[in-house]
Amino acid sequence: MLNPISLAFKRAKKEKRPALLTYTVAGDSSKKQSLKILEAISNYADILEVGVPHNTPVADGGQIQTSAYRAIKNGIKINDIFKIVSDFKKSKNSKPVIFMGYYNMIFQYGENNFLKKCKKSGVNGLIVVDLPWPENKIFSKKCKKNSINFIQLLSPTTSNKRLKSITKDSHDMIYYISMLSTTGGKLKVSPKKILANYNKIKKISPKKNCVIGFGITEKTISNFKNTDGIVVGSQICKEITRSLNNRQNPVINVSKMVSKLRKKIS
Amino acid sequence: MKVKKGIPVIDQGDRLGFWGGKFGGNFVPETLKKPIEDLEIQFNKLKNDKNFLKERDNYFKNWIGTPTRFIKLNNLTKHVGGAQIWSKVVSDANGGAHKIYNATVHCLLAKRSGKKVIIGDTGAGYAGKMLSMAAKKFGLKCKIFMGAKDIKRQQPNVKAMKKNGADVIPVYSGSQTLVDAVSECMRYWVANCDTTAMCVGSTVGPAIFVRICGWSTSQISKELKDQLINEFGEVPKKLKLYNCVGGGSSSFGFWNEFMDYDKKQVEFIGVEAGGPAKSKKHAAPLTYGSKIGILHGAAQYVNQNSDGQIEETESISAGLDYPGISPLHCFLKDAKRARYTAASDEEALKAYQIVTKYENLRPSLEPSHAFSVAIKEAKKLSKNTIVIINSCGDAYKDRGILEKKLGKKYVKSN
Repeated sequence: MLNPISLAFKRAKKEKRPALLTYTVAGDSSKKQSLKILEAISNYADILEVGVPHNTPVADGGQIQTSAYRAIKNGIKINDIFKIVSDFKKSKNSKPVIFMGYYNMIFQYGENNFLKKCKKSGVNGLIVVDLPWPENKIFSKKCKKNSINFIQLLSPTTSNKRLKSITKDSHDMIYYISMLSTTGGKLKVSPKKILANYNKIKKISPKKNCVIGFGITEKTISNFKNTDGIVVGSQICKEITRSLNNRQNPVINVSKMVSKLRKKIS
Repeated sequence: MKVKKGIPVIDQGDRLGFWGGKFGGNFVPETLKKPIEDLEIQFNKLKNDKNFLKERDNYFKNWIGTPTRFIKLNNLTKHVGGAQIWSKVVSDANGGAHKIYNATVHCLLAKRSGKKVIIGDTGAGYAGKMLSMAAKKFGLKCKIFMGAKDIKRQQPNVKAMKKNGADVIPVYSGSQTLVDAVSECMRYWVANCDTTAMCVGSTVGPAIFVRICGWSTSQISKELKDQLINEFGEVPKKLKLYNCVGGGSSSFGFWNEFMDYDKKQVEFIGVEAGGPAKSKKHAAPLTYGSKIGILHGAAQYVNQNSDGQIEETESISAGLDYPGISPLHCFLKDAKRARYTAASDEEALKAYQIVTKYENLRPSLEPSHAFSVAIKEAKKLSKNTIVIINSCGDAYKDRGILEKKLGKKYVKSN
C-alpha cells in the first residue's frame, strides 16, 4: 500500500498537475484558528506542511518568522501541535501532514518519543531544516522504521556527488530549495534555471517525488506546472498577518488564496 | 570525556565536528553545507601554510600590536592580600579587545577565497567594530548584524563601525540581542553565501567557525606563555587563569597554550554572566546547569525551555548576553579541565569600581565579571599563587551604562 504522501502525488499526477503543498505555522495565530486554517485549505491543497515554530530559526525569512513568533507568543507548545494534527486528522484522515521545523525541538522531546507521537497523531513526514545529510542518517532511518517520511532537502549549492548520496538516502519525497535564500525571498533566479536543476535531480532520481519551494507565490507558481509538486509558504503566512492587521478573518482569506493557487496549476 | 594531550583542542572534534562526541557539529541548512565545506578545506590547508602564517603574524604584530601587556596589579594585590594578581591587558590590542584576532583571520581567509563582502554578528559591538576595522584594512565590504537593544546600549562601538564604513543592520526579532543578531547573520549568509564570507564573532556556530575563532584568539595564551617564562623563568607552579565567558572566544584563547598542563598547576576559571542578582534570567548555562540543545548550528549547553525554545538572557554586559556557550567550553567543563562559575551584574560593577580605584586599568563590564571572582578567590590563596585575569575589553564602550549605574566620576577620565 502506498503511503499517504506518495498517494497524494499519484492523485495529482492523474489530474496532470503538480501537487500543491502549503505551509502554515501551527498555532498561528491561535491553536483553534490554525486548525481551522488547515481544515479550510485542505480542500485545495494536496499535502499540508505544518510549521513547528522555533524562536531561533536560521533559515526562515521575515514572513514565517512573524508567524512563528506570533504562535509562540500565544502559547503554542509542542504537544498542542500534535493535538492540532490529530484533531485535523479526525475529519481529514487521508490528507498527508508534514511537520517542518528545527532539530532542537525533536532533540528535546527525544527522537523516539517524538516519532511515536508523530505516528499516533497522524504526522506522515518530517522536514528538519537544520539536520542535513549525513548528520541525519540515523534519524532518517528511524523515521523510515516508523513509516514516517524523512524529507531530504537539496539546494543549488548541493554538489552532484552529494546530490547522488542524498537522493539515495531519501524516502519517497525530496524537497528542492529553488535558490540561495531564506524562506519567502523574492524569486531571484529564473524559473528556467530552477527547472534545469529540478530536471537534473529527476534524472538522477526519477522515482522520487521532488517538490520545489522557496519564493513560490501566486505570481510565479504557474511556471512550475510540469513538476511533481510546489510549496507555497511565506505568501500564506503573509496573508494571515495582513488579515489580522486589517481585522479580517484569516481563515477565509487564506482559503481563497490557496484555492487561487490551485486553479493556477490545474 | 577527556582532553587529549599533544593535539590542539580545536582539532579534537570527530569527523562530524563533535567534541567529546556530543558538543558542536554542523546543524545547518543544506544550502550552507557547501560554503562550510569550502571554508573547512581552505582553513585546514592554510593553518599549516608557512606563507599564510607569516602573513597572519605580520598583521598581528604590526597592525594589531602584539604582544599585549602582561602587568602586575601591585595595588590590587596589596588591597586584596593573598595571591599575586596580574593582568593580561588584551584590551591593548588595536580596537580595544580580543575580537580583532578572529576578525583579522576571517578577513584574510575571505580575501584569499575572492569574496568581496564579509558579514558578522555582534553583541557588545566589539566583534562588529573589529570586523569593520579589518574589512576596511583588507578592502572588503562589511555588514554587521546587531540587536536593536544592543545598538542602544553600546553606542560608542556602533559609531566606530559606521565610521569604518560598515552597514550596521539592526535586528528587531526576538530579544533584540546577540542571539537574534547571530540568527539574522546566518540567515543573510544562507541567502548570499555565493558572494559573501561570514565571520561568527565568537567560538560558537558550526564547527569550522568554532575552530577558526579558537585558533585566532589562541594568540593571547601564546604571548602569555612567553611573558610568564620571561617574568618567572618558567610557567609558575600555581597559576590560575580567570576569564569571563560569553560565547567563549577570549577565555579559550587565554587558556589554549596551557591545555596540556596539569590542572593542579594551571587552573582555568571561566566566569559567566549571572545577570541581575534579583532576576531569574542569566547568561550562565554552564554554571546553572542548562541542558544540551542546538543553537546556531552547534550542540551545546543552552538556556531553553522544555520545548526547546531558546530562553531570553539578561546581563549588564552585552558581550556575555548569550544563551549558549561554545562547544569547546562544554567539552572543557565535562572533561573537568576548566571550572565555571558566575558573577552577577552587581558583582561585576563592584569589581569594576575596585579595579579602577586601585589600578590604572579600566576593564569593560565583561572582564569585570572575571575580576569579581578572581578578587574573591585571591584573598584565600597563598602569596606564591599567580592569579591572572584577562582584561579582554576596555570600558570605553560601557560609558553610558557606567555613568547611569555608578555616576559620572567613574567615566570621567575615559
